[in-house]
Amino acid sequence: MNTINKEAERHELESLLPWHATGTLNRRDAERVEQALAGDRELARHYELVREELAETIHLNETLGAPSARAMEKLFAAIDAEEARSPRRRRSVDLGQRLSEILSGFTPRTLAWSAVAAVLAILAQAAIIAGVLWKEDSIPGGIRLASTVSKGSFAVVRFAPQATAAEITNFLGAYKATLVDGPLRSGGSLYRLRLAENELPPAEAGKIIHQMQEETRIVGFIAASE
Amino acid sequence: MQSTSDEVLIGRIANGDRLAMQVLYARHHVRVFRFVVRLVRNESTAEDLISEVFLDIWRQAGRFEGRSSVSTWMLAIARFKALSALRRRPNEELDEDSHVAIEDGSDDPQVALEKKDKSALIRKCLEGLSAQHREIIDLVYYHDKSVEEVAQVVGIPENTVKTRMFYARKRLGELLKAAGIERGWP
Repeated sequence: MNTINKEAERHELESLLPWHATGTLNRRDAERVEQALAGDRELARHYELVREELAETIHLNETLGAPSARAMEKLFAAIDAEEARSPRRRRSVDLGQRLSEILSGFTPRTLAWSAVAAVLAILAQAAIIAGVLWKEDSIPGGIRLASTVSKGSFAVVRFAPQATAAEITNFLGAYKATLVDGPLRSGGSLYRLRLAENELPPAEAGKIIHQMQEETRIVGFIAASE
Repeated sequence: MQSTSDEVLIGRIANGDRLAMQVLYARHHVRVFRFVVRLVRNESTAEDLISEVFLDIWRQAGRFEGRSSVSTWMLAIARFKALSALRRRPNEELDEDSHVAIEDGSDDPQVALEKKDKSALIRKCLEGLSAQHREIIDLVYYHDKSVEEVAQVVGIPENTVKTRMFYARKRLGELLKAAGIERGWP
């Protein structure tokens, strides 16, 4: 490498030092800078100056304080005023987004091992929950999933109108239950719920159903089912 | 437990979810405020501006395309608001160093004391940089923005970002030298 190229390369590396200090360089550039720092004492000395500037910039900004509650009050007053003038229409039900939100809560490892069947079960349940919340009449044709689950203990449930997606999801998680079908043709907003993967004795299933019935904020109606 | 991503919050805000707006505000308002107050140098103005910034986010959430991170998008909006406010103030010089007194006043006991505190003097010189130089120093050092993200916030090519940062640091070195601190660079 000739002298001019060497100088240009050194200047380029020098200009990257601030981003190297904050860890925002891509891997390739970070490695280039690391190598140069290891063999160039003058560059390493400049890097110490960058680190000094970095520390003092953080210090300076951290002493700037925070806005008062007035800023937030003003913001939400403006939002309320806008909504009063022209209420925002909710976007059509975006199942893809809702499902990606649900799936984003899982770790990659969990997703990897849960395999297709488990993911499909989650998707089916999320789709049903979406149907519960937005009601079938907001979705052309409504959500109607054919049940493919036949083993286990089941109940039919109608969720309370005020139940939110998060509450239903938490409720199902707490009881380790899964929504497997719905809305049922025979029952308007009734959904089929699997209480357990194995067939429970009637008394035990009845006990679980009774406990679920007590959750009146979420459950409007529930009964044992085949 | 994994917190909801900013992108998910923006999706909810686009659907009119006020709670998502509160979460996003709680997560980012302090940093956005500090970015703005460093540019406009007035806390009251900065408070007004961050209300406007987040109101724009409320209005524009449905058009957010995810080409940059949410925080980068917010800082770009904040920058635009801050510069617009500065333009409404006729006496504000956008590109010149501020008139913070940083000359070498070796006879002044206060300055002599500050010389002993190199850290304090660096911070004083950081405050003395022009708005353009303060902005890039803050974006890189405090807001952890990459070259690409700074380019998105400021609206300049990536090579210009590197050059501007270099000259901001060079100017800082000159101010420090004028104040009696010789760092050997530039």
